[in-house]
Amino acid sequence: MTMTLMKGNEALALAAIRGGCTHFFGYPITPQNEIPEFLARELPKIGGVFIQAESEIGAVNMLYGAAAVGCRVMTSSSSPGLALMQEGISLLAAAEMPCVIVNVMRGGPGIGGIQPSQADYFQMTRGGGNGDYRVPALAPATVQESVSMMVQAFEMADCYRTPVFIVSDGMLGQMMEPVEFDNIELKEPPEKEWKLTGHGNVRKPKTIKTLMLDPARLEARNFELQEKFQKIAAAECSWEEYLIDDAVLVFTAYGSTARIARNAVDQLREEGFAAGLIRPRTLWPFPDKPFQQLASRCQTVLCVEMSCGQMVDDVRLAVNGKLPVAFYGRCGGMIPSPEELVAKAKNIMKGGRQ
Amino acid sequence: MSVVFSRTKGLTEAETHYCPGCTHGIAHRLVGEALEELDLLGNTIGCSAVGCSILSYNYINVDMIECLHGRAPAVATGIKRVRPDSIVFTYQGDGDLASIGTAEIVHAAHRGENITVVFVNNAIYGMTGGQMAPTTLAGQKVTTAPAGRNPVINGMPLKVSEMLAQIPGAAYVERVSLHSPKEIRKAKRAIKKGLTCQVEKRGFSLIEVLSTCPTGWGLSPVDAVAWLEANMVPYYPLGVLKAPEGGKNV
Repeated sequence: MTMTLMKGNEALALAAIRGGCTHFFGYPITPQNEIPEFLARELPKIGGVFIQAESEIGAVNMLYGAAAVGCRVMTSSSSPGLALMQEGISLLAAAEMPCVIVNVMRGGPGIGGIQPSQADYFQMTRGGGNGDYRVPALAPATVQESVSMMVQAFEMADCYRTPVFIVSDGMLGQMMEPVEFDNIELKEPPEKEWKLTGHGNVRKPKTIKTLMLDPARLEARNFELQEKFQKIAAAECSWEEYLIDDAVLVFTAYGSTARIARNAVDQLREEGFAAGLIRPRTLWPFPDKPFQQLASRCQTVLCVEMSCGQMVDDVRLAVNGKLPVAFYGRCGGMIPSPEELVAKAKNIMKGGRQ
Repeated sequence: MSVVFSRTKGLTEAETHYCPGCTHGIAHRLVGEALEELDLLGNTIGCSAVGCSILSYNYINVDMIECLHGRAPAVATGIKRVRPDSIVFTYQGDGDLASIGTAEIVHAAHRGENITVVFVNNAIYGMTGGQMAPTTLAGQKVTTAPAGRNPVINGMPLKVSEMLAQIPGAAYVERVSLHSPKEIRKAKRAIKKGLTCQVEKRGFSLIEVLSTCPTGWGLSPVDAVAWLEANMVPYYPLGVLKAPEGGKNV
């Protein structure tokens, strides 16, 4: 096993190549620039193509064209850039074009800032595009997980014919950690019989389109897509549990914030407080199950985010009124410390040692 | 008896949805004939754009993809960069290309994307019901400039082809018109030239096709053709704006 010290963003980029990505289209934005810069250097070496688009709007539509002819393609951006792509993402979901879109989140709203944030949970799980659609969203918490999720994202995209989000943030993208690429085993990609190739004068022309002027047909098409989203929701929920069996207070957090929450759990345990952590690895589909299965000992779920409270909505839906759900958030690029979380948890538990 | 004219293999047998007298049908036929005569039908991927011609995939006999409003040149870029040996064209109206899609068309030309653009300019938004386009002539009455386009408020009509011809990556730019059989023949030659330019990997080619919109203009098909010749041609002069020799070799 060879470990390399790499930045999260660069690890994502290299993992994309290992995952079979041959084409990248993107537009510069901080804090994700290491991804396009890495791929501008490395993709040509493997016969791939890197194009710097005129805008995120251009990039996402290039993604659409490249996906339509069957290659493994990706783009990456950061929060406001993702906002610009949303029209195209709705189209990619509607036309069922496989591709991977990375969001290295920064503080918002508006132009916001360039420091780490998780304020795009809504943007990543509710979408900003028009219509009824869902996009699987994978949230890594370590550089190593960025690698495995990137490969998984390409496989999911092809398997379900869907765009897939990697939801990273400025902290995870910029931090360096040892990482290894030895265990990547790629599945054989499925045959893309739908892709455009030119009819070769041997078959009827194919069309990729989403316009449906007949409401009955458009409704039927929507139901078809919903069936696929339900299939994804049933098969792809993923999460990590940490010390929740006897926990009285269960933290929940994703991405880099989950690591801080885990430190807080350890500190609380050392002091004799029974805390635990549920870390969603998929944001959509959201893992309801671990929340529904919490032992009766659990008295509170404490959701921690680098936002003013977005995932907490999904936590409340999952808990469905059975438990109080508390929230602690920092935003605008401010990062919560384990001590802050410990204090918040103690305050909630009101000193009650279990 | 010998056959002097028949349906090109470049068109399907579907009946078009275009209004009577609309020249999209002629423009489609020219694209179909040009692709057939150059033996490119089997190796072509077309990009249809939002506007009246969005359904062009029902009529032009090649693989096609429907694009968001204005974004066809970006989609064509994605396709062409994966399949450099496929022939890729976009078919866009003036609302699509000259208004909402200006960034995409400028930068496709700027990168010298080896694609062919058929730009149908009828000086109005047809599909949405006759609103003002960047190409609407000064004084031309449209639903969103009911007293006629006022250059003080709306600016003068945008000459997209002249603008794009200035870009180094644009290899071939020509403006043609569909107002007479003679001009239609010239238009077909230009479309063939644009496609040939792409086959020879010379870079970006664009053929602006002056067209009629009898419904949007509130004119009969015959009057619409006469109006085009009398009003559009003087403002949008026909001819080659950039010759292929000046293009970059991709």
